[in-house]
Amino acid sequence: MKLRANLIIGGALFALAIFVGLLAPWLAHTDPVLDANLMNAEEAPSWLWWFGTDGQGRDIYSRVVYGARVSLTVGIVSQLINSVIGVGLGLSAGYWGGWWDDVVNGLTNLMLAIPSLIFALAIMAVLGPGLTSLLIALGLTNWSFTCRIARASALSLKSQGYVQAATVLGYGDLRIMITQLLPNMLGPIIVIGTLGMGSAVLSEASLSFLGLGVRPPYPSWGSMLSEARDQITTAPWLSVFPGLAIFLTVLGLNLLGDGLRDILDPQSRSRRT
Amino acid sequence: MTGAPLIDIEDLRIDLNHGSSQVPAVEGVSFRIDRGETFGLVGESGCGKSITALALIGLLRPPLSVGGGVIRFDGREIQRLPATAQRALRGNRIAMIFQEPMTALNPVSPVGRQIAEMFVLHKGKSWREANQLAVEALARVRVPAPERRVKDYPHQLSGGMRQRVMIAIALACGPDLLIADEPTTALDVTVQAEIIELMRTLCAERGTAILMISHDLGLVANVCRRVAVMYAGRIVEERGSADIFRTPSHPYTQGLVASLPRLGSRAALGRTRLKEIAGVVPAITSFPDGCRFNPRCAQATDICRATAPETSLLEAGGLVRCHHHA
Repeated sequence: MKLRANLIIGGALFALAIFVGLLAPWLAHTDPVLDANLMNAEEAPSWLWWFGTDGQGRDIYSRVVYGARVSLTVGIVSQLINSVIGVGLGLSAGYWGGWWDDVVNGLTNLMLAIPSLIFALAIMAVLGPGLTSLLIALGLTNWSFTCRIARASALSLKSQGYVQAATVLGYGDLRIMITQLLPNMLGPIIVIGTLGMGSAVLSEASLSFLGLGVRPPYPSWGSMLSEARDQITTAPWLSVFPGLAIFLTVLGLNLLGDGLRDILDPQSRSRRT
Repeated sequence: MTGAPLIDIEDLRIDLNHGSSQVPAVEGVSFRIDRGETFGLVGESGCGKSITALALIGLLRPPLSVGGGVIRFDGREIQRLPATAQRALRGNRIAMIFQEPMTALNPVSPVGRQIAEMFVLHKGKSWREANQLAVEALARVRVPAPERRVKDYPHQLSGGMRQRVMIAIALACGPDLLIADEPTTALDVTVQAEIIELMRTLCAERGTAILMISHDLGLVANVCRRVAVMYAGRIVEERGSADIFRTPSHPYTQGLVASLPRLGSRAALGRTRLKEIAGVVPAITSFPDGCRFNPRCAQATDICRATAPETSLLEAGGLVRCHHHA
């Protein structure tokens, strides 16, 4: 039996991030926003200040812990929106074909041609900064890969014997898509989804870094990095810890995606036993 | 039995549409199947037997389409039914099992769920009831320990078991007609016999008619009461299955019967070669004029090359499409 380290490590890192985000009020030492004290400004990491303090004397550890909430919310929710849009369009386009397929294809190509971060920026500019607009912006701009994968899977799956059999047995189109096609393409979709969550976390960081995400003084890993830019030589812990948090979360999600792909295939599951 | 047959196909033509041109892939096919009857359709690959079955359940897809003729199921014209009504027939009153039990089951769904889905879909049962019925359905196709097997995925089952599951799915709703398209071609010979026997017993119990499609004349004649032989898109002979072996009247059928190996024949007849039918099946786009079998027929005369024969009644019962039938 092969030890699937990627699944275990990835799952553990992602679970840790979720755990931290959920239990932030209990894990944090101080309030991330209000407990500013200029007497403690720019303290290096120590037993008292685990991750050090920033220019206003706020505890970086507490801010990183609270920042997990924003990053994970954005990562999970916006990727869910992307997956639903992508699978819905791709699956129906691949299965039905015809003019609907042309429309979806055109839309996908359009989305692929526009750099998604720039598009998200444009949406943010219209909606204004904030968590909700961040979710909408990132949720509407990254579905093209999911859509392509779903469409390609639907195209190859619809000629499979069991899909034809389902037609012969009187299944309706919707039922075929949901019971026959969707479960069989779930593996790659979930893998793409977890990878997408990782990139959504990064996009949140980028947009917050540019000042379009979560507004200061509320902490998000991206905005913390943005604020830490000026002090990177004098107080490197300001950038290192939020950066590390992003890195570990994204790494965890990517490993998890890989690991999930292995267990989602029932045939490989039986090979292992 | 009341008068109306279960299936009544009249003068069916199926076109292969190629751009603006149409080529008839199946032409002038007529047959009837009564309730509870077993009917076989035999022919080489590409003779049109499978697409005839697809037309019967209203599932011809482009480039194929029904070009003419009438298909009646239980007195109703299938072609005239709205799509939803056609769908309600499929799986419920007309079911089908396929050649490849390996691919005809959804690999990511437990087999019990796939059987249960039929009850939910066509009989409006709740999932709880349907799951219970699925166990019973598996037991009926003689799968051992059905209450455990329902949780298995298709790849955990052998080919024979999968075909049993397919039969359980097909017969779940107690259909009037079971279409079996080469049901045992992919199976071992020993398993083949079991599956055929199972299919025949279950259908006989419930009065389900069987339309069996195969290239194996021996197998079909063994299962079915009546057999139709198709050649190049036409039915060339339709007889009772015993008659077709004893006195085949169309030269093509004669060729088929002569080409079957028989156990013990070497002892009786000495070392003789198996007969073969010379030549190949013509392509759909280049069917010969007249009788379509004439280039391969030893008895062909001028009339065979000029005019296509009509079907004629045989004295012994049955139909044949040949100018020179005995």
